[in-house]
Amino acid sequence: MISLAGRDILHSWGKFIFTGIGLGLLIGVTLIMAGVYRGMVDDGRVLLDNSGADLWVVQKDTLGPYAESSSLPDDWWRSFASLPGVMGASNVTYLTMQVKKGERDVRAMVVGIAQDGPTAAGWPPQLVAGRHITRSHYEAVADVASGFVLGDELKIRRNFYKVVGLTRRMVSSGGDPMIFIPLKDAQEAQFLKDNDAILMQRRRTEENPIFNRPNVPGLLEAVIESQIVNHSVNAVLVRIKPGYSAEEIATSVRRWNRLTVYTRQQMEQILIGKLIATSARQIAMFLVILAVVSAAIVAFIIYTLTMDKIREIAVLKLIGTRNWTISWMILQQALVLGCLGFVVGKITATFAAPYFPKYVLLMPFDSVIGFFAVVVICILSSIVAIRMALKVDPAEAIGG
Amino acid sequence: MAKQGIIIEGLSKQYGYGDTAFLALKNVNMHVAPGEVVGLIGPSGSGKSTLLKCLGAVIDPTAGRMTLGDEVIFDGAWHVKDLRALRRDKIGFVFQAPYLIPFLDVLDNVALLPMLAGVDNTTARKQALELLTALDVQHRASAMPSQLSGGEQQRVAIARGLVNRPPVILADEPTAPLDSVRALAVIRMLNDMAKRFETAVIVVTHDEKIIPTFKRIYHIRDGETHEEVGEGRALG
Repeated sequence: MISLAGRDILHSWGKFIFTGIGLGLLIGVTLIMAGVYRGMVDDGRVLLDNSGADLWVVQKDTLGPYAESSSLPDDWWRSFASLPGVMGASNVTYLTMQVKKGERDVRAMVVGIAQDGPTAAGWPPQLVAGRHITRSHYEAVADVASGFVLGDELKIRRNFYKVVGLTRRMVSSGGDPMIFIPLKDAQEAQFLKDNDAILMQRRRTEENPIFNRPNVPGLLEAVIESQIVNHSVNAVLVRIKPGYSAEEIATSVRRWNRLTVYTRQQMEQILIGKLIATSARQIAMFLVILAVVSAAIVAFIIYTLTMDKIREIAVLKLIGTRNWTISWMILQQALVLGCLGFVVGKITATFAAPYFPKYVLLMPFDSVIGFFAVVVICILSSIVAIRMALKVDPAEAIGG
Repeated sequence: MAKQGIIIEGLSKQYGYGDTAFLALKNVNMHVAPGEVVGLIGPSGSGKSTLLKCLGAVIDPTAGRMTLGDEVIFDGAWHVKDLRALRRDKIGFVFQAPYLIPFLDVLDNVALLPMLAGVDNTTARKQALELLTALDVQHRASAMPSQLSGGEQQRVAIARGLVNRPPVILADEPTAPLDSVRALAVIRMLNDMAKRFETAVIVVTHDEKIIPTFKRIYHIRDGETHEEVGEGRALG
């Protein structure tokens, strides 16, 4: 038996190709939306992986340092470092801001890293060019996604930094590229007051007789200095020695009751379950809408194609064609349209993904799910046309 | 048992019930022998199409008896379970317009019927080509219907009606869109094929050009038929 659907498609291939391309672009958008969600999840995981931490110690009752702001004194780390089973503890600050390069600026997450060396938690695990930060001030390592290259000079607040190293896939949970600078500089950038505020604060201090005692030399200067310098960090990243349980050490830290500690699993839950949950729901809504629109398009096209063949269907029924043969013809056309659309969509998504500003992670599993979803949508969409075809009276082929 | 063509006895068709009941066919009797071509003539609304639909097993007659070849197919009720298969295997249709399947070439338009009956593609195409050759349209076998002239399309339609060697062909105004030369050519072809394949052919028409060619004519008016001897003018 010849393939009626195949012959019909070959006969009106232009209609199928153009409809397939249109549907494919829609499927491509759907795959990219799924890829955006996967990219967000991956960004979150990469952020945790690249931090190199097993535990995140943050301000009590906060979801810091990524999901909420957190501030804790920068000398806690010594206490954690001395705990049994702890390999190392490092202060870290995170601040998402616009980093200037000449006239333009780039949204980036500025990470302040302690001068503990490249093997410490918080440092970029590998570089793709240049070297790590070696000086205490004004050097930076930037992710390539920021657009900076080696030797570039970038401006954070009022200071200039030279890019000495480049990393790849070091991004925040929001997809912003990371720029690593020395901790002291980062603390200043995050907690620095502007000049007017410093002057007013200084004036108030000078006018306060408690601090300005002529018979106690150096007191006023010491107080003023303490007001300028900030000794806060956002978190302490803790690395655990092999063989020790992160949860046990976290329990030990929590006993102090003035801090909150998260394990890797808990931090992942915060990032994926809370930080990107709203975005995920938003994307899910878009996926539903796109699926409905795709279904409507396939249904409309197949319905129209079937409507165009009413007389032929009546003739086919009159000359003895089984309902199943006619239904299969319509279903095959819907499936071919869906498969064509999927191939176009997959190609479109694959080639378009790198051009998106945020990381788009196209997973083979999503493509498989997408393909089956397209097949199901095509089957459901063809039902209306099949019902209509089955209702066609063979007597319509006979005049009168 | 010898083939009997088609025999219709006391066929009636009623639409609706009670006050709205309408008797479209009233005790219709017809007999068309194998190899014979008869005309069925009547004005609009006389019941021609209803009779054709009943004969074509598309609608159910209300009463009567129909014998096709040597098989009683209807006697108050259908004696055949699969009417679709009955239409496919025992009845050939030729329509006013050819109604060829636009996405199949000429050969497959004709071969489709045997294929639907389960004949393999090669054999079906061979059968189709034989008929196309008999109707002198084999040179257009690979053409699409849209590339054919009106006369060629009608010849292909006749080939499709005959390809399963049905005992009866129902032709619904097959010459309506054709000029007199082509119309007579189609009737000649139907006569030739009827004789060659021993097929009974009923031609529904009110085409004045072809009515004189029938040897027997059934007139239908208000659902009733009466038989008349036609001129049987030679087709040349």
